[in-house]
Amino acid sequence: MRLSGRRVTWIAVVTVLVIGVVTWLVWPSGPTVHAQEQTITVVDGPADDRRVPLDTSFFPPPGGGKAPAVLLAHGFGGSKQSVRDAAERLSQEGYAVLTWSARGFGRSGGQIALNSPDYEIKDVRQLVDWLAKRPEVRLDADGDPRVGIAGGSYGGAIALMAAAHDSRIDAIVPQITWYDLADALFPNATGQGPESGVFKRMWAGLFFSRGGPQAAGGLAALTGQGGAGGQGGSGGPAGPGGAETGEEAGDAQGGPAGQNGRSPAAIRPPTVEEVRCGRFLPQICDMYQEVAETGRATATAVETLRRSSPISVQGRIRIPTLLLQGQRDSLFPLNHADANAKAITATGAPVRVAWFDGGHDGGDGEVDWLHDQTRAWFDHYLKDAAAGNPATPATAPASPATGPAEVAGFTVTRDGGRDPGTRRPVQLHAVTGAYPGLSGTERTSVPLAGPEQPVANPPGGSPASISAIPGFGGLSTGSANLSLSVDMAGQSAAFESAPLTAPLQITGSSTVKVRVRIAETGAAPDADAGTAPDAGGGDAGDAEGTGNAGDTREDASGPRDVTLFAKLYDTAGGTQAPVLPEGLVSPVRITVPEGGAGEATVTLPAVDHRFEVGHRLRVAFTTTDLGYHTPVSSAVYQVSLATPALEAPTVTGLRAPSTGPAWWTWALPLASVIAAAVLIAVGRRRLRDDYDPALDATPLRIKGLTKAYRNGELAVNDLSFTVEPGQVLGLLGPNGAGKTTTMRMMMGLIHPDRGEIRIFGHRVVPGAPVLSRLGSFVEGAGFLPHLSGRANLELYWKATGRPAEDAHIEEALEIAGLGAALERAVRTYSQGMRQRLAIAQAMLGLPDLLVLDEPTNGLDPPQIREMRAVLIRYAARGRTVIVSSHLLAEVEQTCSHVVVMHRGRLITAGPVSELLRSRTSGNGVSTRLEDVFLDLIGENA
Amino acid sequence: MSDANGTAAGGAATGSGTSGSGATGSGATGGTGPGPSRSGTAVATPDREHGAAYGYSPKRTLPISVEIVRQFKRRRTLVMFGLLLALPWVLVIAFKVGGGWGRPGGSSLRISDLASDGGLNFAAFALSVSASFLLVVAVALFCGDTVASEADWSSLRYLLAAPIPRDRLLRQKLIVALGYSAAAVICLPLMALLAGTLAFGWNDVRVPGTGEVIPALDVLPRFGVVIGYALISQLVVAATAFLLSVSTDSPLGAVGGAVGLVIVSTILQAVEALGSLREFLPTFWNTAWLDALAPEPDFSGMIKGVSVSVTYAAILIAFAFRRFRGKDVVS
Repeated sequence: MRLSGRRVTWIAVVTVLVIGVVTWLVWPSGPTVHAQEQTITVVDGPADDRRVPLDTSFFPPPGGGKAPAVLLAHGFGGSKQSVRDAAERLSQEGYAVLTWSARGFGRSGGQIALNSPDYEIKDVRQLVDWLAKRPEVRLDADGDPRVGIAGGSYGGAIALMAAAHDSRIDAIVPQITWYDLADALFPNATGQGPESGVFKRMWAGLFFSRGGPQAAGGLAALTGQGGAGGQGGSGGPAGPGGAETGEEAGDAQGGPAGQNGRSPAAIRPPTVEEVRCGRFLPQICDMYQEVAETGRATATAVETLRRSSPISVQGRIRIPTLLLQGQRDSLFPLNHADANAKAITATGAPVRVAWFDGGHDGGDGEVDWLHDQTRAWFDHYLKDAAAGNPATPATAPASPATGPAEVAGFTVTRDGGRDPGTRRPVQLHAVTGAYPGLSGTERTSVPLAGPEQPVANPPGGSPASISAIPGFGGLSTGSANLSLSVDMAGQSAAFESAPLTAPLQITGSSTVKVRVRIAETGAAPDADAGTAPDAGGGDAGDAEGTGNAGDTREDASGPRDVTLFAKLYDTAGGTQAPVLPEGLVSPVRITVPEGGAGEATVTLPAVDHRFEVGHRLRVAFTTTDLGYHTPVSSAVYQVSLATPALEAPTVTGLRAPSTGPAWWTWALPLASVIAAAVLIAVGRRRLRDDYDPALDATPLRIKGLTKAYRNGELAVNDLSFTVEPGQVLGLLGPNGAGKTTTMRMMMGLIHPDRGEIRIFGHRVVPGAPVLSRLGSFVEGAGFLPHLSGRANLELYWKATGRPAEDAHIEEALEIAGLGAALERAVRTYSQGMRQRLAIAQAMLGLPDLLVLDEPTNGLDPPQIREMRAVLIRYAARGRTVIVSSHLLAEVEQTCSHVVVMHRGRLITAGPVSELLRSRTSGNGVSTRLEDVFLDLIGENA
Repeated sequence: MSDANGTAAGGAATGSGTSGSGATGSGATGGTGPGPSRSGTAVATPDREHGAAYGYSPKRTLPISVEIVRQFKRRRTLVMFGLLLALPWVLVIAFKVGGGWGRPGGSSLRISDLASDGGLNFAAFALSVSASFLLVVAVALFCGDTVASEADWSSLRYLLAAPIPRDRLLRQKLIVALGYSAAAVICLPLMALLAGTLAFGWNDVRVPGTGEVIPALDVLPRFGVVIGYALISQLVVAATAFLLSVSTDSPLGAVGGAVGLVIVSTILQAVEALGSLREFLPTFWNTAWLDALAPEPDFSGMIKGVSVSVTYAAILIAFAFRRFRGKDVVS
């Protein structure tokens, strides 16, 4: 039974392994995708006369047949290679994917026109034409493929713009992109438009430089890191497209030889125009140069930038749109997605919005989650949607309520703590049915306190406060608590709330009303330094301001523009640095009339942030920010709140699905404990005493005892004998006769296969109480080597739990005769000493039945003689001794009875004298037990 | 009742024999002393059950205190505790010797950068460097060695024939082994706390990563949670070692097997391709206690860790009992 059980276990293990390996081998891996690289020549320009070769890759659906198509657009500074991974992934999921390097990027020709309707949009139209001719692409109508566009940043804008200009597009997923490029580069949180906006010079510089001559160099790599996509690097649709490989950029740009120094002889120095404008269209380049120098948006610049922005095509995007915007994005903050959502929703098209952990300033990127959302969107609107073009206005509201189940109306990624295994941050996705906009579903008014405070604009705008550092977003990834923000001393006015009594989760843009006056910085510092700050909001300051205005400042007469940067901090108090959520600021330009005060309602950055209990909200206004163009002339302003409160939006419907502990955290241990209890309880041998009163006085009765080795050979075969009180029984047999196995079964160490052993009528099972009347020494001593002989015996007796006075330990030690060695550690003992100590241990408590296996092994002749005497005396008072031995002469002298075993079977049993007599009667000579024994063995061998 | 009468009679009979043989067997003068008293009690108390010897009761076998003494004097026990208690001082010396070296700048402070900030920081550091391996070895040693070494010494068979019921033997040994393991896991951070406080002072805790400061008294209860979690997360190791201990006669095999399994699990958890399956690896949550020392303690990871640990431990220990119960003890 045991044998087969073992074999079954092995077979089960091997089977499971084999099944596992086979499953792993035949598990359907994603079908392989083959890209077809080709150059598609498009004709564009205002007059449709420019031929531009576009470098494209087409990924046919691997399953064959006709599939919906997806155009994947790359980000600024990228190329078709940036979205290759995403393209392969989408293609494996059953789409025909076309990626292309936009004009002015990668190996494509042409110049960058910033998604202009005259250039890039026309290119996309022709790519759609091309798709319509492919046999792999499903068609809605002749020349009208079923097609969606996805892309991030620059690629997201082309998706929006193309959707407005080409009614054949069926669904789009624009990510981290703009609504109004002019507003993105010249933001003004007072809502007065980009003409009065503050120039976002650092981002603008990086943005334009990515299309510039250094695209292949260090800066490109640097800015690529800043893009969303985070760890993904080239991030696929998640990012604006990481910087492409230097090699390719060099090839495309510098002609055949390349500019990256592979073959120095062929290097052609860049032309003046290339250095100045890179691959930009000259008019774009000129526009940028102008605005970057002045820091003010001209009407032409705004017009140019808006031609490249969805704001110019309001009402013309009427197809299902999934807007994925990054929360960590100081380039295209959440309000751009908000504006896009509003514009598209107004047409009746289904729109869903997600704020994920990413953006141009870094963050996690959530590449996989974005892919899943994109795929769900396309699966629903491209794969599953009924035939016919949902983009046609009549059929457009293809029931906005029944979008894909996986994409919620509004999703916000929140901090889900850290993964304890990898120590990486994890994300939770809080969802609600409808996108509430930036003003939330409810608004809470949080009182703010703080006096009017003077803030200085440093001359030259330096040193500047820091909120986020464009292009270095990667620095702040990984730790939500880590804030790069630094407010320079003297440049910041702060207004704080009381510590919160309940947590406040702000989702959207808070607003605050600010009042600004020009403080007088007189030519005579000794006079003004003291009075101006002291003046507070009083009349004195005002009067002074009016009085001295003219002489110190060149533009002090008439209204003046004040540039401030509004920030919403989360301050925990104590030693913790205040946290600027996502590193976002709202630049404001407020016009202050001469001598008066300018007031404006400032829309603070849109964030999703939880202010914990005990934390304070702090609204700060600084005069400088590293990322923005600020006035160079020094000035001091008095900043106060027009209304001492912050209007904070909240979205109560946002719920993260089951934030509680996962079901298995309680189910698993519960199941396991139950299983463990069952495992222990089932098959438990009841310690029910099987007692035969008739045998109460019989020290040992063995009946039908059988035990097989693991290989099936019988160690003990149907053994039966009985031992009576007072006997010294010799158990005889050659090696392998089964003596030791029998003794082990007497001790309850081995389970017999059949038959039974009864000691004083009680059946022996493991741990049977009757074993306490059995003293045993089998197959050598068993002591704790680090303890002394005495300690071993004492601890053994204590382990039996019986009263110490029953041990008779001194008598037992007398038998051992170890003398002073008793106090030495057992590991120092000789074989004979251990043997004697073990016999002494067997005699502890003077058991009624003593079982000794080869007790005289390792003893010297005097000790053997003494041992013989001890055993005979021991049995003399009605106790029983069983001795197994090879020394037949010894047995003959010691034992009254013998049992002879051979190959597990009983050969004979009886008194020694009888045995000898019975044998001698045969031939009359042999009287030695040895001869009898050999005779017996020989007969049966 | 016939049972009780019969055995009582037998007991009395053998009891009388005992006193006699005590005198004759050894010739010791004291031998006669216990004789009368014993036979007297044997007659007076017919309470021996199931034919057991006088005074024997399965519930009294292998008392905890006896097992503690049996294990305590072992060299490996003493060496392991010596090592655990000395390690904090070695670390203190290391930080003192290397103290002149500046802490690397940069935004993210590692736990080792903050070790010399104060006693609590130092204790957290000591725990973080030892939890992944040293404590695993200690726990595996105490739990893996306990039964296997008895088998190795051959003393197991005499304990079982005493007789100590198998379930009870295992239970007592498990309790003592877990007790030693717990003592090992607790003594290291406590000694580190002492050593760190003496060496670096009793300062508030600086948090790795952000460098924020939490008052020492606020952290102290959390430190208790950390130690408690470290204990529970080692339960898997303990249970694995214990199961191996009853399955093999080689103490080294049991200890090494448990440590090996931990190593394999640690390697597997680095394979991110396994995704959320890794959450069910026994070692996956071992560092979750770091969450308790964050400014905003997060216990969700620790709850999962406790859940996984308890799950494995319960099953493994149940298997250990089941296996030992049906085992043929041949060593």
